[in-house]
Amino acid sequence: MPDTHAPALRSNQPADAHAAVYRYDEFDKTFIFERVEQFRAQVERRLKGEITEEEFKPIRLMNGLYLQLHAYMLRVAVPYGMLSSTQVRRLARIARVYDKGYGHFTTRQNIQFNWPKLEDVPAILRELAEVDMHAIQTSGNCIRNVTTDQFCGAAADELVDPRVYAEILRQWSTLHPEFTYLPRKFKIAITGSPNDRAAVQVHDIGLIARKDEKTGRVGFTVYVGGGQGRTPYLAVKAREFVPVEEIIGYLEAILRVYNQLGRRDNIYKARIKITVNEMGADKFIGLIEEEYARLPRQKFHVDPAIVDAIQSHFAPPPWADLPAVSEGFEAAKEADPAFARWTRTNLTAHKTQGYAIATISLKPIGGIPGDADADQLETVADLADLYSFGEVRVTHEQNLVLAHVRQDDLYALWQALDKAGLGTANAGLISDIIACPGLDYCALANTRAIPVAQRIAERFADLDRQHDLGELKIKISGCINACGHHHVGHIGILGVDKKGEELFQILLGGDAGTNAALGEIVGPGFDYDGIIDAVETVVNTFVKLRQPGEIFIQTLARTGHAPFKEALYARA
Amino acid sequence: MPVLDRGLPIDDRWTDLADDQDIPAEGAVIVSLERWRAERDALTARRDAVGVRLKSNQLATEIADDLGSLSLVALEFPKFRDGRAFSAARELRERFDYKGEIRAFGHIIPDQYLFLTRVGVDTVVVPADRVGPAWAHALKEISVAFQPALGREEGSSLLRRHLKGTVPA
Amino acid sequence: MLVKAKGTQQSVAASRLLDGEAVWLGAGNTWVEDVAQAAVFEGDAIAQALDFAKAEEKRQTVVDVYPLDVEITEAGTRPTHLRERLKGIGPTVRRDLGKQARQPAA
Ligand code: HEM
Ligand code: SF4
Repeated sequence: MPDTHAPALRSNQPADAHAAVYRYDEFDKTFIFERVEQFRAQVERRLKGEITEEEFKPIRLMNGLYLQLHAYMLRVAVPYGMLSSTQVRRLARIARVYDKGYGHFTTRQNIQFNWPKLEDVPAILRELAEVDMHAIQTSGNCIRNVTTDQFCGAAADELVDPRVYAEILRQWSTLHPEFTYLPRKFKIAITGSPNDRAAVQVHDIGLIARKDEKTGRVGFTVYVGGGQGRTPYLAVKAREFVPVEEIIGYLEAILRVYNQLGRRDNIYKARIKITVNEMGADKFIGLIEEEYARLPRQKFHVDPAIVDAIQSHFAPPPWADLPAVSEGFEAAKEADPAFARWTRTNLTAHKTQGYAIATISLKPIGGIPGDADADQLETVADLADLYSFGEVRVTHEQNLVLAHVRQDDLYALWQALDKAGLGTANAGLISDIIACPGLDYCALANTRAIPVAQRIAERFADLDRQHDLGELKIKISGCINACGHHHVGHIGILGVDKKGEELFQILLGGDAGTNAALGEIVGPGFDYDGIIDAVETVVNTFVKLRQPGEIFIQTLARTGHAPFKEALYARA
Repeated sequence: MPVLDRGLPIDDRWTDLADDQDIPAEGAVIVSLERWRAERDALTARRDAVGVRLKSNQLATEIADDLGSLSLVALEFPKFRDGRAFSAARELRERFDYKGEIRAFGHIIPDQYLFLTRVGVDTVVVPADRVGPAWAHALKEISVAFQPALGREEGSSLLRRHLKGTVPA
Repeated sequence: MLVKAKGTQQSVAASRLLDGEAVWLGAGNTWVEDVAQAAVFEGDAIAQALDFAKAEEKRQTVVDVYPLDVEITEAGTRPTHLRERLKGIGPTVRRDLGKQARQPAA
């Protein structure tokens, strides 16, 4: 058995020595501990009354601390979704010691703790700092945690590994002196695959890393002005190609134009998407180009030496030379249909022969989407050490990923996951639902979202039925802020308040992928019980209409919304 | 109101004039942009220095052509959350190469002070009841930075740099 | 979303600064953790209660003070809006957490 394990275990290196996380040096450590002490002092000043809540609020938000319905909530950054097993164990410890034993993974690849005490937060931040983690800029009107493709550095379809650039952007945006009091929050996403798994077109800035065909230079197609929330927009293309060396300067130009001209009179109109659309994309892009032309560009030049230095943190792990086909894997699939079913949904092709990318579902039927308790976190950390170079990733669909698993090890991995309640074979299926915290936690909510997800999953609990339906993404938000991405769900659900009662609207036809599209509301909303029947009606309509091989979104595109509307409302 | 330089109150030679206040015969004065435009000749005819106040919605470009006559530009923070002046200061320095004093006034909190010095602000106006050690301390709390800016800092590469102390030890 | 209180009977909600615990203004200007014990104000007393709560905010006791509509029931004060009722209970998806876990089953 030990023979099949990752090589790291055979040496005396820590099991996560090859996890592709950015490891802090003295410089980073100085910074992060200074930052913790700064926050400790800020909390003290707040408790002594030297600063008001109004002044403290943006400070605590900039350190990831919200006030929610029942308690504070601490949002911890998982830079571009990458974690080492050491970090995962620390998150488990924080959940146990300072919280109520669990954490919640979010659609921005972060983790939230729902019950910390204000007094404990400096201590929590210190514990995070010890493992090169922080909660900086996970909230507030600043440049937020940069998100990326959860399969980066492993996916077969990837052209450029975006992590090094995501890390460069993380560093550049950290405590940026000019862009920390922006009109509104600012989210950047970056992908390096033509199959966009990072939803770049619904971000304030979306970057698609690619290589120039002629010169082989790496650069980015830059999109600007996308966003969800109450007025969703797909981003517009600002430039087809900005070479790596120029990207920071170009982003400085975008941010400066936005900081000066973005609206500050109305928080609902303050995102860059509104600025772009009120001003007109051409005019806005013109201003960016003018600003960029006159910036001291040399100052922001991304030196290839910097890229190389940071790249070394993301060196590929020492993959073994493996045969293309694993006999053990094939035999296990043959012998265990439940395992075979999991392999059909939860595996993605790896770029290296003999390996696979495994998605760990945090959506057990009836469970809370994205929640993981401390024991589960530790199980995942152990499994990552055994089977995936001690590395764990967080997806924007609120699942976890082990990116480099030998096909030989998949059966053992799945059995262990299954025992821990983490082996559900539903990635991408109807029960792999994104749901925001909603009224169960969130102070801004109109309605609950989690129990709606739970009841839909229970209605479709039969995994064979789910597999038969194929890819179908349901996304639920408890209010118009759209944290649950309902605009880009194949079926989106939006909770609205109707005279104190919960009401749920259905949107159809959204897509967060490469063919990004915003869904449309089909008609009047449904009550708390009715929404589950309504989803089933939509699904049954699809089953009736589909042609062989079609998934939901394809059938919908072919038939249009009319037959679905009819099925939903004709009977009533 | 007290004026801070490097965290400590200084003797301030400037008089901040409201638009309905008479311009004194002598002494350095700060006036609004509107007044500067209307009474420019009278102001420059005096022997003493002139400064201009910009509201947060007035961009640095509005006074770009006048900077040669101005010894000070004061940038307003109507609310500390309104961060436009960070860009205005930086444009004054970086784009228009302004060498005079840049002053921030209005609603500013100590936690913004380091950022202000890093975008080119020299002095900060603070209500008397808010003067305290927090300001000088704020300049020392974080000693490193990850991006080029305009403060007293050193670093040759793009990202990582040490901030040199701005506060006398 | 916070719904503006406009009924004749109102209570005052807040969160404790130190730990974020949801609290309500109770009898004798003390903060109580159980919404059923929230004091119910009418007429001018509403504004007075809010003034006291805002002063408490200044004294670093609580944050996020606001009034809410309530009704008086046999079991005590009951918020009329779902959001405020959930604030008084805890997450409905985790019955083992929050206030509901502390109180004897109703
Ligand atoms: C529970 C506390 C939360 C609060 C108070 C909160 C607040 C908000 C607000 C106010 C917006 C709208 C911003 C705008 O339109 O300008 C928003 C959007 C968003 N939030 Fe949250 N949120 C919370 C939790 C979450 C969670 C758990 C996730 C991930 C699962 C999340 C991810 C997002 C995303 C992706 C957006 C939308 C898209 C966009 O940026 O345009 N949020 N949130
Ligand atoms: S969508 Fe609304 S209800 Fe859901 S977490 Fe965001 S703000 Fe809260």
